[in-house]
Amino acid sequence: MAGSNHSHDVAHHEAAHADHGSTKSYLIGFALSVVLTLASFGVVMSGAVPHDLMMPGIVVFGVAQLVVQLVCFLHMGTSPAQRGNLAIMLFTVLILAIVVVGSLWVLHNMNENMMHPLPRMMPVE
Amino acid sequence: MFGKLTLDAIPYHEPIVMGTLAAVLLGGLATLIIVTRMRAWGYLWSEWFTSVDHKKIGVMYIIVALVMLLRGFADAIMMRLQQAMASADSAGYLPPHHYDQVFTAHGVIMIFFVAMPLITGLMNLVVPLQIGARDVAYPFLNSLSFWLFVSGIVLVMVSLFIGDFAATGWLAYPPLSGLEYSPTVGVDYYIWALQLSGLGTTLSGINFIVTIMKMRTPGMTLMKMPVFSWTALITNILIVAAFPVLTVTLALLTADRYLDMHFFTNTLGGNPMMYVNLIWIWGHPEVYILVLPCFGAYSEIVATFSKKPLFGYTSMVYATAAIGVLSFLVWLHHFFTMGSGANVNAFFGIMTMIISVPTGVKLFNWLFTMYRGRVEMSVPMLWTIGFMITFVVGGVTGVLMAVPAADFVLHNSLFLIAHFHNVIIGGVVFGCMAAINYWFPKAFGFRLNERWGKASFWCWLVGFYLAFIPLYILGLKGMTRRMNHYANPEWQPYLVVALVGAVVIAMGIFFTVLQFYVSVRDRKKLTDPSGDPWGGRTLEWSISSPAPFYNFALLPQVRELDQFWEDKQNGVAYVQPAKYEDIHMPRNTGVGVVMGAFGAALGFALVWHIWWLAGVGLLGMIGAFIARAYDRDVDYWVPAAEVERIERSRHAQLQQFQTTQVAPVAAPSRQKVA
Repeated sequence: MAGSNHSHDVAHHEAAHADHGSTKSYLIGFALSVVLTLASFGVVMSGAVPHDLMMPGIVVFGVAQLVVQLVCFLHMGTSPAQRGNLAIMLFTVLILAIVVVGSLWVLHNMNENMMHPLPRMMPVE
Repeated sequence: MFGKLTLDAIPYHEPIVMGTLAAVLLGGLATLIIVTRMRAWGYLWSEWFTSVDHKKIGVMYIIVALVMLLRGFADAIMMRLQQAMASADSAGYLPPHHYDQVFTAHGVIMIFFVAMPLITGLMNLVVPLQIGARDVAYPFLNSLSFWLFVSGIVLVMVSLFIGDFAATGWLAYPPLSGLEYSPTVGVDYYIWALQLSGLGTTLSGINFIVTIMKMRTPGMTLMKMPVFSWTALITNILIVAAFPVLTVTLALLTADRYLDMHFFTNTLGGNPMMYVNLIWIWGHPEVYILVLPCFGAYSEIVATFSKKPLFGYTSMVYATAAIGVLSFLVWLHHFFTMGSGANVNAFFGIMTMIISVPTGVKLFNWLFTMYRGRVEMSVPMLWTIGFMITFVVGGVTGVLMAVPAADFVLHNSLFLIAHFHNVIIGGVVFGCMAAINYWFPKAFGFRLNERWGKASFWCWLVGFYLAFIPLYILGLKGMTRRMNHYANPEWQPYLVVALVGAVVIAMGIFFTVLQFYVSVRDRKKLTDPSGDPWGGRTLEWSISSPAPFYNFALLPQVRELDQFWEDKQNGVAYVQPAKYEDIHMPRNTGVGVVMGAFGAALGFALVWHIWWLAGVGLLGMIGAFIARAYDRDVDYWVPAAEVERIERSRHAQLQQFQTTQVAPVAAPSRQKVA
């Protein structure tokens, strides 16, 4: 941070320091991560889940774990010090959603429109 | 040893290229001799190349951009000349494969190596000064960004003389840009030039977001931040969100070309349409990345030269943010004709029309700012008014093409070409010219000559309409873009007029160069002793011109939106503080130059498959970075006594200026003598 004003540095460090979590939040995060990991394996290995629900199941548990780690380990939340990070995260998710969902929609739609078999040519007399 | 590179790669048989090469070599040699004669190498190295000062980096960006403007414009004149000639029986003077490289290089250079560095340079020069910071958050990173960008330029320029450049159009759509249809190194030059400079751009984006979020002067909340800095913030957020998409898309194309993959090929499950989709997910935000900072500059200029606060500051901020988000929701309008169904086309058509609403809000804000203001027709203001008229024309034709049914007629016609030149020249180029005229005194301590500035403006304005209105008409008549030759003699008169327009623009560029020359010559007469030549409103005008290297002796306290203006009204501007403090500053470093040089070597080696050199380049970059990471001597303190000495001379100069002025500096009025 060379070149930045040192009083800014100090203010910044204090703000970041106030939100470094507690032993409790880390333990909760750890426990939830373990549970969600086991649940993901369970979806595949237990045999109790129908085949076509396996992929969605893993995705749901994976995303849930992502959220848990963001909140418990990276301290993302609605506290004033974290609001900037939260906003950036939400914007990132929005852009990713636009890019991924948009591309799938656009290309799927093109396939639908253009990839049906060509109409049979009229037989040449 | 040299991969695919042999002596045959130099196009001896092309007289135009060889003539250019001779000119470049002679010019380069002359520059080297002059610099050596003046013994300026040490000065250039220690004061400029290794500088981490945001103002100097900004100036270097702008100088490089203006040089590249000459190159890109030379391409433009060549195309206009070819099309003015190549009607019916005449083939013109440019063979197709050369012509294709010329229009590709023109697009790539104008967007990536002219418009982008102009924007980045202006943000570098102005943003820290406007928000009351002493530099950007990561000064070394800033220098690195610049030199990575330069290494991209080196690759593009080298491609002119060693090998060839892409002949694919500026976005290099596959399958044409795939190995099967572009087997030469042209597309590889394109890929690595863009990857290197794109990396620099992304790093700049991160740098400026952190700078604006974390380093604003005490009291400057986001809603008290000047509009230019706001537009810079949104632009850099767009950069960080959009440029990785470009990087990945080009990386996938690279995998197709180098590793025999099939992401975008016609065969083996590849899908070229995915490339078009992805590149425009980057490409549309990119045009807003270019134009938003210009909107910011216009906002500052309109308020300053109308002697009024900007009308609707809050709506300006929200309009900027809205454009930022909406710019990610319109990309498909670049390929309405690729085969999407009516639902998809209708959605993107409507989103495109919606995005013109916040832009319209901005336009009315500027108009209302001028309304009943004492508008001073200085050079920056002329560019701004020229922009307002021209940009509306471009916006209207854009909304017209947002109707998918209309786009099916106009897609890839010269109407489209006229439209985007209309918004990019009318919006971005005019904006950068306005901004350069406006902030030049802050960088160099003297104003630019008004007379030649006005001459340049009128040539650009008239030349623009002469060059592009014929293209609108030709587009409606059915002429498509990128034609090397056409059979319809009816088109020729329009293309001759367009050529005349391009020549008038060339005069505009010449007058700008002349303006710089005359201004440097007359710098004593044009000097800006107050640091506030226009009666400015924002913090950058409160300090001396040129700005001291530490920007602010004491960080200003902000309570109002236009704090400096308020201070002048209340007579409390320019108060000398009782005591100065030591100032913490970053030290210059040559690591950015070294990494840029290794980067250029890496890119060149990858283009020609010289793997050992690629290894050297990559390891060199990483090694230089590690060496920098272990360097503990990266900053220093400017002693308070030194600051006091500089500030005292500044205040003495100010006092002398104030006593010689009839109108006090507190409320500057520079009315013309009737």
